[in-house]
Amino acid sequence: MSVDRRRFLKIAGLTTLAVASGSARKALTADAADSTMATPPSPPLTAQRWAMVVDIRKCLAAGDCRDCTLACHRVHNVPDFGNPKDEIKWIWQEPFERVFADQEYEHLEEALKHAGVPVLCNHCDNPPCVRVCPTGSTWKRETDGIVMMDWHRCIGCRYCVAACPYGSRSFNWRDPRPFIKELEPEFPTRMRGVVEKCTFCEERLARGKPLACVEACKHKALTFGDLEDPDSEVRALLREGFAIRRRPSLGTQPEVYYKL
Amino acid sequence: MYDTGKIIAGLLVFLLVITLPFWYNLATGKAGYTPELERPTDARECVRDSAYMAAHHMDLLNVWRDQVVRQGARFETGSDGQRRERSLTRTCLGCHASKERFCDRCHSYMGVQPYCWDCHIAPEEPRP
Amino acid sequence: MLENALRGGKRYWGWIAVLLAVIFLGFLAYLRQYGYGLGITGLSRDVTWGFYIAQFTFLVGVAASAVMVVLPYYLHDYKAFGKITILGEFLAVASVVMCMTFIFVDMGQPLRILNVFLHPSPRSLMFWDTISLGGYLVLNVIISHVTLGAERKSVAPPRWIRPVIILSIPWAISIHTVTAFLYSGLAARPFWMTAILAPRFLASAFSSGPALLILFCLILRRFTRFDAGDKPIQKLAEIVTYAMAINVFFVLVELFTALYSNIPHDTSHFAYLFLGLNGKNALMPWMWGSAVLAVGSLILLFNPATRHRTATLVVACCAVFASIWIDKGLGMVVTGFIPSPLEAVTEYSPTLPELLISAGVYGVGLLLITGLYKIALSVRRELAA
Repeated sequence: MSVDRRRFLKIAGLTTLAVASGSARKALTADAADSTMATPPSPPLTAQRWAMVVDIRKCLAAGDCRDCTLACHRVHNVPDFGNPKDEIKWIWQEPFERVFADQEYEHLEEALKHAGVPVLCNHCDNPPCVRVCPTGSTWKRETDGIVMMDWHRCIGCRYCVAACPYGSRSFNWRDPRPFIKELEPEFPTRMRGVVEKCTFCEERLARGKPLACVEACKHKALTFGDLEDPDSEVRALLREGFAIRRRPSLGTQPEVYYKL
Repeated sequence: MYDTGKIIAGLLVFLLVITLPFWYNLATGKAGYTPELERPTDARECVRDSAYMAAHHMDLLNVWRDQVVRQGARFETGSDGQRRERSLTRTCLGCHASKERFCDRCHSYMGVQPYCWDCHIAPEEPRP
Repeated sequence: MLENALRGGKRYWGWIAVLLAVIFLGFLAYLRQYGYGLGITGLSRDVTWGFYIAQFTFLVGVAASAVMVVLPYYLHDYKAFGKITILGEFLAVASVVMCMTFIFVDMGQPLRILNVFLHPSPRSLMFWDTISLGGYLVLNVIISHVTLGAERKSVAPPRWIRPVIILSIPWAISIHTVTAFLYSGLAARPFWMTAILAPRFLASAFSSGPALLILFCLILRRFTRFDAGDKPIQKLAEIVTYAMAINVFFVLVELFTALYSNIPHDTSHFAYLFLGLNGKNALMPWMWGSAVLAVGSLILLFNPATRHRTATLVVACCAVFASIWIDKGLGMVVTGFIPSPLEAVTEYSPTLPELLISAGVYGVGLLLITGLYKIALSVRRELAA
């Protein structure tokens, strides 16, 4: 009960601050019509533990839909090199049988076997990439469990790539800028020589916006929410049906769930 | 010491060669040149006082960067009571609208190449 | 003392010129890599470590192997090694420098390398590897400098150096252990995640390093007036023999565990190495070559007649060195990534710039060894005169 009250106060406080900042910024920008800060941000979306539930059935029904990938890669300036060697991916589709290779389901339902399943950084509770990073360029945010990256600090040793059991991390083998079709000015690109991955849209959450992939999915196959909140949508989904996670035996505690 | 004369002469020549740009500027009368930076026309307070900003803007940006990226602290309240976002592209360039005529002029004069713009995207240049 | 490296005949300077040319070419190639990014190498999203990191791993072994001459000489007072301990220590110095250079050229953002010290992360094995390699370099520079300096003045080395030398013994073990831990602590890569990796690394180090030292001694005997003598060379050959036997044993132990337990995630990597996977088998001929060389070298080494004969000993040492270089310098690192966690079989082969840069780094190492050995030999010759 006390936790709930504390949480309520925290959220209420943050919301007030955010709203206040919004109006303060409005006052600040009122006399400067040319300012780029014209739109005040909405209150940030916060959680104790962000998590995602992927409804594989809905993905399956959507066929060749790639909306999540397109949306994510567009808002995050993810380049398209057109070759697998230099490739950078944040969220993309892999065949079911490869995503859950360790589960070795034989005689799997044909439709499911080769179905594309979206994969992304699992924002593990116990992330091996964070453990191995020699500079603290990747870390788990204590407030909401997002596995973050600091592209200013990364030295490009790629130890995290070797440590990630999900193949979620990409390295900038060359300058990505020329390979970004349409630059999104609100988000930085990366420079060559650093590792990158999905950051659960932390920059969008801070502005009160949902994850780009979730927003883009018109089949409602992707749901995100607070795993610690029993009334959240993700908890409801996990409660009502069977969901699996990738390579659970490794103890990384992935926070992306796949509902079958 | 052996060859004292030769060593001292050599050192002198070396000093002369590496200070050549200074002598050149003195001779051509360019020594007093300072780049002309475009300041915002509506004189508003900067996030810190101008003297501090002139000398330490890079330190402030480094601190802001760490606070935003690592602590998720995107906003600060200045000594003037104004709440503002810690953002190079939004806050700094919100007033100093032209990167070319504010940042670049001084940076190219000083021969510094900050790598901010390798990743961050400057707002479109306003027409002068 | 250092000025001795600047005096030499035509052949000495010719060799130096060749090395400088190789280093220069490597440097030019590195400038291209610096400008373009690591995409200039054969590495890809699936295989993110390759030739550079493999050479680093192999050379850590060569560096650690100095302990095989230092330990008998200082701990067991095995006098026969008196003449060659300095060669072992100088080999360690050059190898560690090569290791560090290989790490440096593998960095995506080399200018930020100091972040490792500015933001130290003791949870990362890379932090400890930096400390252990750096410390080992400092230890060996101090030890070789002090002992050779004392020898030059024909006095006993100062007493304080002995504990430093004793410290360098476990430190040598640590550099290769920590390097193995770098790999064996990753649950994502079953090929590396094996407790025997560190012992295996040490056994392979203690065979390939002394094998190289034997070859160096024989080269010096041929081209200079320095003769290490038959006794230490034969003792080294025995060390190579047993270390190589243990190394092969460890590899077989590894193969048994992976293959008999028959867990697909473990067997698939070995399948790729020795049989090929999904029709991709670039490493297969190399690995079988390595196996043949290992067995062949053991036959030559265990047979006293062939071990004692210089010609066959040279063949055996070359075989040991080549076998382990293939195993660690080609197979070990890359295969951890094949297949990938998403079961993709993406092959890797180094590109020309990558090989030129690597040759340049080896050039730096050989240049250091040449200079340092020249110093050691000159000091010895002054004493003899």
